[in-house]
Amino acid sequence: MRTRSQRVALVVALVGLHVFFVFPAFFAPYDYATQNRDLPFAPPTRLHFVDRAAHFHAVPFVYAWKEKTGSDAAYEEDQERAYRVRFFTKGAAYHVLGLWTSRLHLFGVDSGGHIFPFGTDDFGRDEFSRMLYGGQISLFAGMLGAIIALSVGGILGLLSGYYGKWLDALIMRLVEIFFALPWLYLLFAVRAVLPLGIKTTDAFLLLVGVVGLVGWARPARLVRGIVLSAKERNFILAARAMGASDVHILRRHVLPRTYGTLLTMAALLVPQFILAEVTLSFLGLGVGEPIPSWGSLLGELQKYSVLTSYWWMYLPAVALVLLFLTYHWAATALQEKFAAVGA
Amino acid sequence: MSSLFPIKSIAGVLLASAILAISPPPAGATPQDYATTKGEPGRPGGQLVVALRSEPKTLNPILSVDATSREVIGVMNADLIHISRETQQTEPALAKSWSVTPDGRKYTVSLRRGVKFSDGIPFTADDVVFSFQLYLDEKLHSPQRDLLVLDDKSIEVHKVDTYTVEFVLPKPYGPGERIFDGLAMLPRHLLEKPYREGKLSQIWGANAQPQEMAGLGAFRLKESVPGQHIVLERNPYYWKTDSQGGRLPYLAGLMFVFVPNEDAQVIKFQSAETQVLERVNADNFSLLQKDARTKGLCMSDLGPGLEFLFVFFNMNHLDSTKSPDIAAKQEWFRDLRFRQAVSMAMDRPGMVRLVYGGRATPIWGNVTPGNKLWLDHSLPRTERSLEQAKALLQSAGFSWNADGTLLDSHGHPVAFTILVSSSNAQRSKLAAIAQDDLKQLGMDVQIVPMEFRALVDRVLNTKQYEMVLMNLVNGDADPTPEMNLWLSSGETHLWDLGESKPATPWEAELDRLMTTQAETTDYTSRKKLYDRVQEIVAQNLPLIFLVSPNILVGAQQNVGNFHPAVLEPYVLWNVDQIFIKPTGSPSCQ
Repeated sequence: MRTRSQRVALVVALVGLHVFFVFPAFFAPYDYATQNRDLPFAPPTRLHFVDRAAHFHAVPFVYAWKEKTGSDAAYEEDQERAYRVRFFTKGAAYHVLGLWTSRLHLFGVDSGGHIFPFGTDDFGRDEFSRMLYGGQISLFAGMLGAIIALSVGGILGLLSGYYGKWLDALIMRLVEIFFALPWLYLLFAVRAVLPLGIKTTDAFLLLVGVVGLVGWARPARLVRGIVLSAKERNFILAARAMGASDVHILRRHVLPRTYGTLLTMAALLVPQFILAEVTLSFLGLGVGEPIPSWGSLLGELQKYSVLTSYWWMYLPAVALVLLFLTYHWAATALQEKFAAVGA
Repeated sequence: MSSLFPIKSIAGVLLASAILAISPPPAGATPQDYATTKGEPGRPGGQLVVALRSEPKTLNPILSVDATSREVIGVMNADLIHISRETQQTEPALAKSWSVTPDGRKYTVSLRRGVKFSDGIPFTADDVVFSFQLYLDEKLHSPQRDLLVLDDKSIEVHKVDTYTVEFVLPKPYGPGERIFDGLAMLPRHLLEKPYREGKLSQIWGANAQPQEMAGLGAFRLKESVPGQHIVLERNPYYWKTDSQGGRLPYLAGLMFVFVPNEDAQVIKFQSAETQVLERVNADNFSLLQKDARTKGLCMSDLGPGLEFLFVFFNMNHLDSTKSPDIAAKQEWFRDLRFRQAVSMAMDRPGMVRLVYGGRATPIWGNVTPGNKLWLDHSLPRTERSLEQAKALLQSAGFSWNADGTLLDSHGHPVAFTILVSSSNAQRSKLAAIAQDDLKQLGMDVQIVPMEFRALVDRVLNTKQYEMVLMNLVNGDADPTPEMNLWLSSGETHLWDLGESKPATPWEAELDRLMTTQAETTDYTSRKKLYDRVQEIVAQNLPLIFLVSPNILVGAQQNVGNFHPAVLEPYVLWNVDQIFIKPTGSPSCQ
C-alpha cells in the first residue's frame, strides 16, 4: 500500500503537469511558430546571476547568442549586453480557451534578447514553447485515442469472452481482419479521399479517430482472454446459480478483473499513439507545420545529424519520459488499488 | 536489411578480386585505338564499395528509367561520344573521331579499332547499327527513343564499313553530338536472338547472370543478389589506358550495396564500409566534415549543381464544376502580380542558411550557377521586399482585413496549400519557410506533405493541387533536355499541362525560342535564344525559383583520382580511373 502523502504527491504532479498543457501559451515565452532565422539550432540560453563585474543579481539575466566567427554552426555568448529575465511579462498575443485574448506570459526577457530554455530547432523556434504547445495536441490526442481504443476494445472483448459462440467468432474474426489490414496503404487511400487542406481541429479529430480505430483490436483480445478465464471461476458460477443477471455479473465480478490489464494497456498505448502521430504526419494525416506535436519534436531526432550534433534536441524527449513515468506511476498505483479491491 | 549485410561475402569478393588482379592481361589483345586518360597513374587492384539509395530495377540499357539503374548501367557500358563531366563538353569515347556536314545533319563516326566487349567478342559497326535499331524500335518503348526522334522522324543509321557509321538527322540538331551521350553500345551477338524472339525486355533484369551479359564499360557483372548487392569485376578488355600505357580500370572490383536511407549511408561511410559517398545533404556534410581529418575522409563541396528547387501554382485549365475550390483560386494564381508578390516574399538567403547551412545558392531563374555555359548573368535578382510585394498585391485588387488576413477583390481570404514530398526533409523545411514568408503577406498557407508518387500523380494526372514545391535536376548542361518543360505541348509543362495551343503570348514565344534553339547548331546564337527564354521565365514566373543546392560528396582518403563533378554521376563518372592508394599515402588534395 502506498502512503497518503505519496498519493497526494501523485495527484499534484498529474494535475500540475496538465495545467502546463492546458495553458501552454502562458507558460511558453514565445509563440510556437515564431522563427528566428539567424538562430537555428541555438543551444539553451544560460541563466547568469553574476555579471562581468562580479556583481550578484537576485534576478537572473541572459546574454544573446551570436555566431562564432569562422564556424557556421556554433554560437557563443555576446556578453556586450545583458537581458534581465522578467516574470509575468507582456509578449506575443494568444487566445485563452478561445474566449479572450491575453499577452501575459509567465516569463520572458528584455526586448532584443531571447530566452530559450530548451534551445531552438532548425528554424530558430523556441523548443520549450513548442514542447508545451505540442503537448496540447499530442497528449490529448493520445489520451482520447487510448480511451476510444480501450473502451471499444474492452466492451467488444467482454461481450466476446462472456457470451462466446457466434458472437465470439464474429468479433474475433473482426479482430484478425484489423490485425491483417495493410494500414499504411489504407491510410494512403484515406488521404487521397480527403481534401488537400485539413483544418487543425479536423486534423486533431482525424488523428484521434484513426488512432482509436487502429488500436482497439489488441485490448479486445486481451480482455476476452481474461473474461474467458474469469467466467469459469467458482464465484461467478455461484453468482449465476443464485440468479444474478449477466449485467450484474459483468459489472460486479468480471469487469473489475480487467481493470489492471486495461490500465497497463493505457500506460503503454498513450506513448505509442503519440509516436504514431509521426507516421500519420508523414502521410499528411497529422497536424502539419508549423503547429508542433510531440510526434514531430521526436521525429526531429530521427535525423542522424540532429542526433549527433545538438544535445538539447533531446530535452523534449527527456521531458516526455518524465511525463510518461508519472503516468506509469499513476497506472501502477491504480492497479494496486484495484487489486486490493478485487481481493 | 542493409545492416544485416553479410560480412563473409565481402571477404569472398576481396579474395576473388585479388586473384583476378594478379592474372595476366588477356592474350591477343592488340591495342590499336585505345583512349588515353589524363588522370594520375594509379595502382591496380582493390575494390570500391558504393552505397545506392535504391536497388536498380534493371541492368538493361534499353529499358532503364530510374537513376540507380542508369548509374550501374553507366559503369558497365560505353557510348560513342561522351560528355565529359569535368569539362561539360563532348569527347571521343568508342568513336575515335567524327565529322559533321555544314548543315549539321550528317555525322560520320569512325570507331576505335581493336575494341572488344567484356566477353572478348570484337565491337564493330554492326553493333552500332543494331544498338540504334533497338533504341528506335517503337515496340521496346526505350526512353532514349524520344531523343532520337525529331519532328516525328527518326535518325537514320548506316554502316559504311566495319569501323565507320553514318548518322543522318531529319533536321539540324542544336546540341549536336551530345545526342550520343549515354547511349550504350550493345552486343549484337548476345541480343539479336532475344530481340528477334521478342524477349529483349525480359533479359538483363536485376537478377541477370554474368554469362548472359556483355558491355563495353569498365566493369562487368560478377554477381547480382537482389535485395542485397551487385558485384562487378574489372573488364579485362576495356579500351582505355592511363598516361603510362597501363590498362584501365585500376579497380579489380566494384560493389554496389543498397542502403535506402541517407543517414544509414553516412554511418556506413563513417565506418569505412563504403569508400565514396555520392550525394549527401548539408547537415550530414557538416557533420562528416567535423571529424574528416581524424577519420580520414575527403569531403568535397562542388558548389551549385544542376538541381533547382521551385514552387509553382496550378494554372491548368480545370473544369470548374469538378474542382470548384481550386478553379476559384486560379484567378489569383494566373495574376502575374500575385506570383511576383509571392516570389518577392521568399526569403531565399534564409532558405540557404537554414536548410542548407549556407551550402546552396539563391536563384531567380531556371539555369543554376553550376551551368556555366548557359547561365544568363544579366538576369535580374529581385531582392526580398515585403513592402513591394504588398504594393503589388494592392495594385492587383487585394486588401487586408483587421487581423492582417489577405483578401481578394471578392473579399475571400487568400488561403491555399503547398504540396511537398514527405520523404525529403530539405523540401519540407523549404516549404515551412515559404509558409512563414507568405504569412507575412497575410496568406494562410497550409503545408500538405505527401508521398512522392502521390504528389507526382496529382501534378501530372489528376491536377488536384494548388501550389507545389518540387525540384528538377538537369541531366545535361544543354538546354534541349528542358524542351519538355518549356514547350506548351511538353509532357512536363508542369503549371499547365496539355495546352493544345500556347495559353499566353509569352508561352508562345517560349515555344518559338525553344524550337529554334534546338535546330540551331551555333552556340552563340543558341545562347542568345536561351538567354531570352530565361528572361521570359523570370519575368512571367510560371515557376518561382528558390535555391540550387551544392553538390556535396565525399571519399575515404585512400581513394585515388577522386575528382567529383557537378553532372551526374557525380563521383563515379571516372570510375575507370579511380584506384585505392596504398596505406600511408598523403591524404586529400
